[in-house]
Amino acid sequence: MSDVAESRTISEILENPRIRVVFALVVMALTLVLLAGGFVFLRDATRAPRLVIASVALIIGVGGIWALFYAMNTIAELFRPSVRDRVLPYVFMAPAVLALGFYIVWPAINTINISFMDRFGNEYIGLENYAFIFTNEAMLVVLRNTLLWVLLAPTVATALGLLIAVMVDRFKPTAEKIVKSLIFLPMAISFVGASVIWRFVYAYQPPGLPQIGILNAIHTALGNDPLAWITLRPWNNLFLIFIMVWLQTGFAMVILSAAVKGVPRDLLEAARIDGAGEVRSFFSVTIPYIQGTILTVLTTIVFLVLKIFDVAYVMTSGQYGTNIVALRMYQEAFVQRNFGRGSALAVVLFVVVIPLLVRNVRGLKETRG
Amino acid sequence: MSSKAQTLTVVGGPTPLQRTLAGVPIRLFIFVVLVIWTMPTLGLLVSSFRTQQAIAGSGWWQGLFNFADFSQWTTANYQRVLYADQMANAFFNSLLITIPSTVIPITMAAFAAFAIAWMVFPGRQILFVVIVGLLIVPLQMALIPVLRVYTRYGINGTYLGMWLAHTGFGLPLATYMLYGYISTIPKSIIESAHADGATPWMSFTRLVLPLSIPAIASFAIFQFLWVWNDLLVALVFFGTRRPIVTTRLAELVGSRGQSWHVLTSGAFVTMIVPLIIFFSLQRYFVRGMMAGSVKG
Repeated sequence: MSDVAESRTISEILENPRIRVVFALVVMALTLVLLAGGFVFLRDATRAPRLVIASVALIIGVGGIWALFYAMNTIAELFRPSVRDRVLPYVFMAPAVLALGFYIVWPAINTINISFMDRFGNEYIGLENYAFIFTNEAMLVVLRNTLLWVLLAPTVATALGLLIAVMVDRFKPTAEKIVKSLIFLPMAISFVGASVIWRFVYAYQPPGLPQIGILNAIHTALGNDPLAWITLRPWNNLFLIFIMVWLQTGFAMVILSAAVKGVPRDLLEAARIDGAGEVRSFFSVTIPYIQGTILTVLTTIVFLVLKIFDVAYVMTSGQYGTNIVALRMYQEAFVQRNFGRGSALAVVLFVVVIPLLVRNVRGLKETRG
Repeated sequence: MSSKAQTLTVVGGPTPLQRTLAGVPIRLFIFVVLVIWTMPTLGLLVSSFRTQQAIAGSGWWQGLFNFADFSQWTTANYQRVLYADQMANAFFNSLLITIPSTVIPITMAAFAAFAIAWMVFPGRQILFVVIVGLLIVPLQMALIPVLRVYTRYGINGTYLGMWLAHTGFGLPLATYMLYGYISTIPKSIIESAHADGATPWMSFTRLVLPLSIPAIASFAIFQFLWVWNDLLVALVFFGTRRPIVTTRLAELVGSRGQSWHVLTSGAFVTMIVPLIIFFSLQRYFVRGMMAGSVKG
């Protein structure tokens, strides 16, 4: 009861126009001081006790954005409801629009511009960066590898995911659930973590020493000499690509499993009455029925594969003929500091990706209804 | 055989024995896939608890077969990687980056989605289409110009720089997901709140936000894991002077590529948070991952 009484007196006090103006300005000022002070503290006070840093960071990071919205809303509420309701949409939209403008729209346009410039992004050099990408010998290997990734990882992951989805569909529900969550599990692991996991699988010791990588252990148990898989050109590309398959099959499986369960039972039964076996009805009923979903899964993984540089970065740093566009873009821009070339590589990725994604955003909307 | 398959049996179909035998190759195939999908992670986990000598001396599977040989087991790898190799510090920094990088985009996107869905202003449909359209811009398109601004104003290597970068890159997806949910709230609920004198702020915080918890949870899990597992944004905008889990692990691979006692335990430290989320919130996890697959 006392709460209600108290809040009523506060709102009565706030009815007073002058007090409301002062209140709104104080809220806004406090918010700005909080944000600026917190930023400077977090930037400079790296030696402060951890608990202090953590509390300040969480108060600024989590509370700051709410304080900002609250302060802006308080100011908007100073006006008549009719004015307030006209202003408020812009107030609610403003932070998102500003963030999108600064972090996506402006940089994307700027990157296209820089891609026609020299390494410092100062002078225009025409199409030189693009000419380099499509004629330099090392770059051609990069493009070949990228094509290999894009062709293999999505198709293998999708085919395997579909196969598993169809097969476990007749398991008992508990068994199906366990199998599916074990195959989905790698989705939780970072690309860096997955790379370390697979480096250990591919680990190599010279002949005579005990093989601690499971692949070489099997390989030598069959009577062969151990192989250094990740330096073995050109096959090492396949071993890196398999890591991506391992990571993405779960994604394909979950989406395709839902699609497979959506194939009408009577369609399958009709096929069976017509004498079609399991395999026949899979190819002539199930696949045509879910082909839209299959295409969506494929393109989604293609998009991911094009952008992900972590696996190649951790496994080989792009050496031994394993570099790909996304990694080369990182190296050109942030290791060699050649902004022109880095931008041109980013633009290449972007141009390849556009048609895929336009289709996909539509496709996913349809699959989810 | 499941009851589902039995209902499909047509007169003259295979006998139960034939059907059981037909299931054998399938079970075998699934078994092999399961082995390939779980062994690598299991090997990492087992090795992270073996001494340096044990790891180099025999395969981790042999360690499992001789489980009773307790001289091979140790927790020293974790102590070493956490303190001497900075992983504890990295874990702490990762948390401080990831939590605000999840909360800020959700908050901004929720306000924006609410405005687009329930407030009247000119151009709101176009604005929504533009925001969703930004989903197709790959991250790589944004890095160089933003880095130049960051370097000029000393924002590079700060928590705030990371929060805002992840906010910007996560916003299109967040707005898309939250709008999809917020716009389906029944009109009558919003209108009756308005009739009762609720300000937009009140209907947003007391009505729309609580009702949107499922969508918020799905996106929060996706964004949290995306930021936690991110390497690229961290390398470009945060650098390696102050470690976070992914950059630290990648550095360990570069500098100590054969020290498997450090790499296995280090990798497991980076994986523990995602794995806990995976096992405790599986349904939201799957939903979030599915919805997040279109992220730019």
